[in-house]
Amino acid sequence: MGKWTRRAFISAGVVAGGGLIVGVAIRPGNRAAKLSKYVAGDGETLLHTWVKLDSDNVVTAIIPHAEMGQGVGTALAQMLADELDADWDLVKFEEAPALGEFANYPMAQAMLLAGADIPDFVLPTVEGALIRTAHALDLQITGGSLSVRTTGAYGMRIAGAAVKEMLKIAAAEAWQVPVNQVIAENSQLIHKASGRVEPYCAFAESAGQMTPPVSPTLKSVDEFKIMGRHVERHDLPSKVDGTAIFALDVRLPDMLYATVMRAPTFGGGIDSVDELRTRAINGVVDVIQLPSAEVSSVLGGFTYAESVAVVAKGYWSAKQGMDALNIQWRSTENDGVSSDAIFKQFDRDISAGVDRESDIAQGDLVASMENAAQVINADYRVPFLAHTCMEPLNATAMVKDGHCEVWVGCQSPLSFRQSIADALGFDIENVTLHNCFMGGGFGRKSRPDYAIQAAQLAVSLGRPVQLIWTREEDVRQDFYRPAIQSRFRAAIDDSGDLIAWENTYVDKHEPDEAALIPYSVDVQDIGHVRSPTHIPFGAWRSVAHSHHGFFTESFIDEVAVAAGQDPFDYRVARLQHLPRQLAVLTKAAKEAQWHLPLAPGRGRGISLQSSFGSIVAEVVEVTVKDGNLSVDRVVAVIDAGYAVSPDGMKAQIESGIIYGLSAALFGEISIKDGAVVESNFHDYQSVRMSDAPAIETHIINSGADWGGAGEPGTPPIASALTNAIFNATGNRIRQLPIKNVDLQAARESTAAMG
Amino acid sequence: MTVITVNGTEQKLQVDPSTPLLWVLREQLALTGTKFGCGMAECGACTVHVNGTAMRSCVTPLSAVSGQKITTIEGLAPSNNELHPLQQAWIEEQVPQCGYCQSGQLMTAAALLATNPSPSDADINIAMAGNICRCGMYSRIRRAIKSAAGVQQFDPAVAELAREINNG
Repeated sequence: MGKWTRRAFISAGVVAGGGLIVGVAIRPGNRAAKLSKYVAGDGETLLHTWVKLDSDNVVTAIIPHAEMGQGVGTALAQMLADELDADWDLVKFEEAPALGEFANYPMAQAMLLAGADIPDFVLPTVEGALIRTAHALDLQITGGSLSVRTTGAYGMRIAGAAVKEMLKIAAAEAWQVPVNQVIAENSQLIHKASGRVEPYCAFAESAGQMTPPVSPTLKSVDEFKIMGRHVERHDLPSKVDGTAIFALDVRLPDMLYATVMRAPTFGGGIDSVDELRTRAINGVVDVIQLPSAEVSSVLGGFTYAESVAVVAKGYWSAKQGMDALNIQWRSTENDGVSSDAIFKQFDRDISAGVDRESDIAQGDLVASMENAAQVINADYRVPFLAHTCMEPLNATAMVKDGHCEVWVGCQSPLSFRQSIADALGFDIENVTLHNCFMGGGFGRKSRPDYAIQAAQLAVSLGRPVQLIWTREEDVRQDFYRPAIQSRFRAAIDDSGDLIAWENTYVDKHEPDEAALIPYSVDVQDIGHVRSPTHIPFGAWRSVAHSHHGFFTESFIDEVAVAAGQDPFDYRVARLQHLPRQLAVLTKAAKEAQWHLPLAPGRGRGISLQSSFGSIVAEVVEVTVKDGNLSVDRVVAVIDAGYAVSPDGMKAQIESGIIYGLSAALFGEISIKDGAVVESNFHDYQSVRMSDAPAIETHIINSGADWGGAGEPGTPPIASALTNAIFNATGNRIRQLPIKNVDLQAARESTAAMG
Repeated sequence: MTVITVNGTEQKLQVDPSTPLLWVLREQLALTGTKFGCGMAECGACTVHVNGTAMRSCVTPLSAVSGQKITTIEGLAPSNNELHPLQQAWIEEQVPQCGYCQSGQLMTAAALLATNPSPSDADINIAMAGNICRCGMYSRIRRAIKSAAGVQQFDPAVAELAREINNG
């Protein structure tokens, strides 16, 4: 099964870009002239790939990221506007077009060359190479909590500062004054001695002729005016009055509607289709079998299975037509696979150590275990998870005169465009992609299968068509957070000190370091075995951190309890070498009043996980009464180095917590007969208003390298919650979701085992 | 032919009357603010008002609302120049993330406030139970409802309960 890995991505980037970086001198110079035609409207001047200025002095930031709820446009525009010393009320943003010319080369720079000390005189060459690299990689991805720390740090800030320098030079020339006497402030250029004040736009034309400097001077944190400030998101007014356009809202003249179905068993295909009853339904236009689509990219190839589509004059007819189809699916070697069988396989392969590789191996594990005063063993499991974005997968497509136009909400517009071109056998120039607001993404919308299906339909039909997946198809044809088993063994000495940590889990995914622990313990062996399944893998919010955060932070809690020590104090004693982690954990405990006693039936749990460049600790408070669980309160602390958009960061942490809480409480995709059992929100439940805890988020601006915010809130929540349940009841939950645990009965079984 | 009134305008529709209202609004009337989320009244993204009551339009056949008054998100604001107090509060509290569920959240909340101008936390839990937000903005939705209603952000009953629990 192909998988999206950052490691593969980075090494591919080095291969694709390495030769260019050292070998070819490409001076990008002023790209604005070339790019202008794509993004500059009437009265607008493109001053830089990412900045335009109009005749009303409004600055528009061009954002090479997709909006799926995270508020990326606002945060990146803040970064650009601050370095530009723009008036925030005169700043707008728009998503970059899905064109290679707007490939995200700052992201390439951050991923390939972060921290590299590059002499100024070669910077233009490097930047040129990065532009080529980003283009070759179709790099316009939104994910990995990367936008602020890559595109923002390496792109938007530099673009803002560069354009400010250009404008100052232009003003100095026009006014015949030394450039160091020109001040930029609130979208105006000022020369104090002569009393001259003019808006930025007065110099747009002359600045537009200049080549942007590649290493302009950036502000220090104490000079920030817009970064770090609470600003309102620009996209929200359209999201409260129904005018925001999601892909599902695209309306084209003469448009048909369609829905699709693939073989429920992954790897299966179509044997036969009886269309008779479907064709008789009022409004049904056609039944079309869509071929499988092979998509290759530098990230690896993947084949999306064939499907059956019902096309109609409206979605409702298409849906009824789909329900009326009698489809025989081909049998596959996976027809007998169940969740039970998968977990038995994991158990077997962990015990056998199949192809075990270590993430870290240090010290003498055998001796430590032999010398231990106590050895603690535990096995943890999590199930497959679907993404269930609020907006079911959909795309609209039209093919005319050999040109395909697609409207879609996706996390990777350039690679979607390439995949559609590949599937249709078109040149990429003959595919135009319009990226719309996404009703959630969470990793699912980095897979182009749904957009390809819409494009295939448009070719067959010769008419515009909107493909809408049913929610059932959305749940059953996802790319899933994998089911994982993780086995632990820890040794403690007479004083309860942790002397050895052993961990073996199945199915290694990105990020590489997800299973590592921050705690100081000399002897460690953390590794993974191979135990593949036929269930397709997908990046799911926080990827491998989503499960390892549950495993490791639950097991350290078990060790603390076995040592007879407070779980918070036990962690603190082992974090003395990591001051940032220590500060985050300590603040979380303080804000949550960790040491204040709770009433019987109530409990607190704590968890700490560093991911995507940020450190997050969470404390959960629960009440368990008569076996009923209430999640009362979550206190979260994040150190992402610096919060560019503090309220946006808090919103992301709240969101990450609720997303992880849905998974911890209810999330379970089960496999039966090789296919997914669950189908919709009634059997794949989400947290609702009454389940949602009060959440307090505290931000530490430590000044360290900037980290992400979209994902780091998710990893700690499951373990903080189960640790709290243990604290309240004595029940140690080692398998998610919690809905399967009888909180009244489990206590006796835990006690019996202990 | 089925006749309904949508946001104050009478609409005569030549549509199969078993078609759910959601698809009539979105496809025949191009009112795309009302969203499709599940098709089985589980998520609330399709919520509209029928004679002032919140209904899930994805499971409401057109025939069931014949002759009735429908309000969608496009008709929630009192006029083109003003926002409904809830829409205003939604912006002040910076509620939406992806925004896809928010039409439904707002329509449900508006129906709640219309009948219960000062809802308690428990009232909010019950009224909003049918609306899922996968971005998880529940605390902000709760705050915004209370802010628009002009009620205390901290429900005295809940605060009292919390004190009791904390004191054992």
